[in-house]
Order: sequence, then C-alpha cells, then structure tokens
Amino acid sequence: MNALIYAFLAVGAVFNGLGAVALLRFPDVYTRIHGATKCTTFGSIFSILAVVVYGAMRGGGDGIGMVIRALLALVFLLLTNPTGSHALARAAHRAGIKPFRAVVDRLEERK
Amino acid sequence: MIVELSFGIAAAVLLAYALVCAVRLGVGPTAADRAVALDTINTLVVAIMVLVGAAFDLMIIMDVALVYALLSFVGTLYIARYLEEGLR
Amino acid sequence: MRRVAQIAATFALAFLVYLVLTLPSGSLGLWSLDELLAGAVISLLVALVSHRLLWERGGWRLLNPWRWLVFLVYLFGPFLLAMAKANLDVAYRVITGRINPGIVKFNPGLKTDAGRTMLANSITLTPGTLTLEVDEETGDFYVHWINVRHVDPKPEEVCGPLPHWAKVVAE
Repeated sequence: MNALIYAFLAVGAVFNGLGAVALLRFPDVYTRIHGATKCTTFGSIFSILAVVVYGAMRGGGDGIGMVIRALLALVFLLLTNPTGSHALARAAHRAGIKPFRAVVDRLEERK
Repeated sequence: MIVELSFGIAAAVLLAYALVCAVRLGVGPTAADRAVALDTINTLVVAIMVLVGAAFDLMIIMDVALVYALLSFVGTLYIARYLEEGLR
Repeated sequence: MRRVAQIAATFALAFLVYLVLTLPSGSLGLWSLDELLAGAVISLLVALVSHRLLWERGGWRLLNPWRWLVFLVYLFGPFLLAMAKANLDVAYRVITGRINPGIVKFNPGLKTDAGRTMLANSITLTPGTLTLEVDEETGDFYVHWINVRHVDPKPEEVCGPLPHWAKVVAE
C-alpha cells in the first residue's frame, strides 16, 4: 500500500509541475488557463488521493476524519477549479484581450 | 515514519511550483494573467495544506484547506467580475 | 407548502454535510450532543437563507439516485480517461509549442442549468478545450479550442461523447 501512496504523490508532483511550466510557457491568457487548470486539477487530485489512501490505511477516528476531509477537498477542487477558470476566461475576453494567433473568434463576431 | 516524510517532501515540491507560478504573477503582462497565476497558486496551496496536514498529523490544517478552497473560489469570482466591469 | 418542502430539503442536505464533517467526535453514538444541536441550528439558518437559490430552477430532479449512479460511472470512466489524455495533450503542446487556437461556437442542445454546468466544466477539463461563455437563452457554447480543425464544428468533434453523458445525467 505504501507503494501506492508514493506513486500517487509522484504523479501528482509531475502533473502539478507541468501546470506551472505551462503557465510560464504558453503565449496568451487563454492557453495559460488551459494548461494551468487542467494540470493542477489533475495533479492535485492525485496528491490528495495519496492522503486518502494514507488515512484509510491508518484507520481509527483520525484516519476516517482525514479521509473525509481529503475527499471533501477533492470534491471542492473538482467543482470550483473549472468554474473559476471559466469565469476568468470570460472576464479576459470581455476585457478585450484577443486570443493569440486565433484562426476564428465566434464570440467577437456575436457582439 | 517514512510515509510522513514523503508527504512533507511532496508538499515542499508543490511549494516550489507555487513559487514558479509567482513568477507569472509578477511579470503579468495583463491583469488577467496575474489572476490566472493567483488561481493556480490557490489550487496548489490547497493541495499543500492537505499534504502538510497528513505529514504532521494536524487535522486542523485540513479544515483550513477546505475553507481556503471555497473562499479562494469566491475571491477568483470577484476578481473576474472586477476584470469584466471595473470597480462598480 | 412548496416553500416548506424547499426549506426541509435544504436543511437535510446542510445537516448531512455537518454530520459528515464532524464524524468521529463524540459520545452520543458517533456524535456528541453539542455538535448535533449546533449543527441543527446552523443548518436551519442556512436553509432559511438559501432555499430559494437551490431549488427554483429545477433542482429537484438532481435528487434522483439513479442520476448519481450514472454520474459516478461517468466520473470514473470516460471523464477520468479524458482528463488523463488532456494532461498528456498539454505536455505535448508545452514541449513542442504547436498550437492553432480559436474560439468556436456549437450548440449541444442542453436545456437545464445543471446539464450546461456539467458539460461546461467537463469541457474545461478535457483535451484542448476551454469554455468561454454559455448563451443562457439559446444554449450556444463558445469554446476556446487549442487546435482548431473546423471553423464550424459539430459538438462531437469538439468534445466527443460528453454532451450525451450530460443529457443522461442532468436532463
């Protein structure tokens, strides 16, 4: 079971790092939101799943409390992260930031 | 023992990533870029808090992580609203 | 009558969350008496304030357990797979820098708030797409697509089977 924890932690660290690199390397706001949201959500899910496995292994009152809190944190992240990034992307577009080298921009045409 | 240590190491690694995101927070170039960087750092901080709670066996930090996740979401929504409409 | 049902349902949900959060703490069964009383009072306040927000626009349908079962199957099956693919896709584009972005519009034909929310969030977390805006009246989705293949795509071309799942779970 410990191997499972280490594997989850490693996967989480790799994908979170990918999110941070994507945030630095992509050329405009929208693509940065792509990279940052997808990778940090996926990475954090695995990091927190490691804690879930650890709590389940430990058992007892503390272990169960740990599992519940970690699972709730997981649910919150999964619900709020895409919603927040969606709000930011829409705000960026309404603030007049053009997508970098866009082939087509249907949202601009609507106005 | 070694498991707790590995949680601590993972938290330290995520903290390093949060500092990398802080570079984007500093250089911008637009306000939206900074907001995205802040949102990413918030996600990382939630994960860090959960890992630290497991590493040091502090249940209270996990409670803080839950509240932080929800409040940072509300904060992101307000920043987005500000970007859309300015200060109103 | 309707209002009472709304308040009762909100109270039950809030109290359930409170019970889960304070689970291993007490002498009276699993919980202590203080916790139960405090939880009841707080849940009642929450219910009185927020019952209208929760149920006015078709929230009742989501209490059906069958929808939750299908949602869990979706979450651990196609969604997790798509998310893993999305991350590998981001890795590929970070390394090669090969992007061809654009904002496209399509209409998946979803009617309810819950269905649209679920599809929008799923689109954001799956490969190469990011929801920018949902038109509340017509149900048009405006999606930032990192690798545009068609200027006027069908829903299936952008997000695969996701609209179908959203329909089954939330409509």
